[in-house]
Amino acid sequence: MSVEAAPFPAVGRCAGLCALLHRPSGCAGLLLLGTIATSCLAAPFVAMLLGTDPETIDLLARLQPPTPTHPLGTDELGRDLLLRLLYGGRVSLFTGLLAALLAAALGTAIGVVAGYVGGRVDAFLMRLTDAVIALPLLPLLIVLAAVDLAKLGLPADFASGSVASVLRIVTIVALFGWTTVARLARAATLSLREREFVLAARALGASDWRIVLVHILPGAASSIVVATTLSIGNVILAESVLSFLGLGIQPPLASWGSMLTHAQELVFEAPWLALWPGLLIFATVLGFNLLGDGLQQALDPRRREGPS
Amino acid sequence: MRRVVARRAFETAILLLVVSFAIYALIGLMPGDPIDLMISADPRVTSADAARLKALYGLDRPLVERYGRWLASALTGDFGYSRLYGQPVVAVLLPRLFNTLLLMGPSLILALALALPAGVLCALRPASRLDATLNLLAFAGFSLPSFWLALLLILLFSVVLGWLPAGGVASPDGGDLLDRARHAVLPVLTLTLLTAGSFLRFVRAALLETLSDDYVRTARAKGCGLRRVVLVHALPNAALPIVTVVALHMGTLLSGALVVETVFAWPGTGRLVYDAILGNDYNLALAALMLATLLTLSANFLADLLYLRLDPRIREGV
Repeated sequence: MSVEAAPFPAVGRCAGLCALLHRPSGCAGLLLLGTIATSCLAAPFVAMLLGTDPETIDLLARLQPPTPTHPLGTDELGRDLLLRLLYGGRVSLFTGLLAALLAAALGTAIGVVAGYVGGRVDAFLMRLTDAVIALPLLPLLIVLAAVDLAKLGLPADFASGSVASVLRIVTIVALFGWTTVARLARAATLSLREREFVLAARALGASDWRIVLVHILPGAASSIVVATTLSIGNVILAESVLSFLGLGIQPPLASWGSMLTHAQELVFEAPWLALWPGLLIFATVLGFNLLGDGLQQALDPRRREGPS
Repeated sequence: MRRVVARRAFETAILLLVVSFAIYALIGLMPGDPIDLMISADPRVTSADAARLKALYGLDRPLVERYGRWLASALTGDFGYSRLYGQPVVAVLLPRLFNTLLLMGPSLILALALALPAGVLCALRPASRLDATLNLLAFAGFSLPSFWLALLLILLFSVVLGWLPAGGVASPDGGDLLDRARHAVLPVLTLTLLTAGSFLRFVRAALLETLSDDYVRTARAKGCGLRRVVLVHALPNAALPIVTVVALHMGTLLSGALVVETVFAWPGTGRLVYDAILGNDYNLALAALMLATLLTLSANFLADLLYLRLDPRIREGV
């Protein structure tokens, strides 16, 4: 994205937001995500307006093209596609955000410890990060998704429930999504560790915990936010692929990915079933990637050319 | 330099070992085991028989011991029999590996052929309209869900236009080389579009970083043209991070291949992993996953070697 000077100096508390809004990518990302999130939140309202719900099966009205009662048509069981998209979006966004937050927490912990402790710990943790990055992700995700939770000692009725299917996918995706955050958090910690204010804090007798929590984390926060935003896109993609393969979100719950599972067989009869869920995944991931790019430009002083 | 190589080889081997153990342990946690499958296939099997069978196959032994035995025979090249295909695992895997490489090779080359010139163009005129457009396309490229892109291409080229087949490696009557190539177009195109975007971003970033170096300014000050500076001075140096990124992308490419192979019914390794895991074919799943891991890790190892060759600073151990 183009790097432009902000037309006027951003002042005070809104500086970050203003800087973000002056990047075309940040603006576009916010707009895309805002539209999608608002629509998904408004799902019950849309359901009321249409006078139906996403679970009502009507086999006589299956695979219908768009009509006034079903603005985007119906799926293979005659359920309203628009409502299923909106409710499915809630699941996709929720799992994506939760997994990204979990991944960010894990990555921050690993990165900050590696950068702060240094030495062998650092070498080990970074080799670990490189190793995870190098692994063929999807095949391993499939193995994890196929693991029988009951064999891990969890109660059988919990293991087969929807909550478990969401939590499982969140955990799995987070286990692989932390690497970018860890790298950036480590880099930020390394440079902050040697700064005068950290030395001063240490000279005053601050404990390592205090130095990390009070002096290093706030300084590393912008890198962490950028890396997290950029990784949400990948996390949502990973969830959608697993759900598409039938290993992620399980029915009766639906996510955009799982809505595409049967779309391929029906691609001749009902191409719109293949079109919409994928388009929403694409728009959401693109939104997060653009937002991340905008944030990076707004928060990274080296890439910001205008006065701040 | 030899010491560095030896250390990296050692680390790669250790990592492979750790991953193989993790996969072995995880596969044991999947629903059903071989004896369960025998029981469901034959109603006369009693629980006493099942216990006896478990002891016979060593399935009652501790995990570490079972893993040790698997590893010992795997090291001699014996990965056991595939339950789904009734053939030795190696005989199932090798033709599939060839099919996967048939997808990955051309798409890797095509993606680089697209991304290199585009990335250079972007880096030459950062913040221009061209740069913004190409960047947006790149963002779109790596934001696309792989399976959806595959579906869209099928929708466009097979359903609407009817130009290309929607799946498989060849027509039912065998098919000549042209027919096989026609079947490969859509899968290769999907993989290419998925990877070209991030390659472009990396080429651009690497080149921009290099272009701000002192020696580039010196070359410019001597009166060197921009084109010459980029192609002769900057690009070879920017090649280092690009090589790394491409090698690190082997895993992503393999993951993409898995999805593409599933959607296009292309009999490759990725699809095999999926089928083997869902079909409770333990031996096959293990071997296929190990092969996938080996493939990406050796790509990384090769990248390290290349890095050593390209960068004298590392070679001299500075």
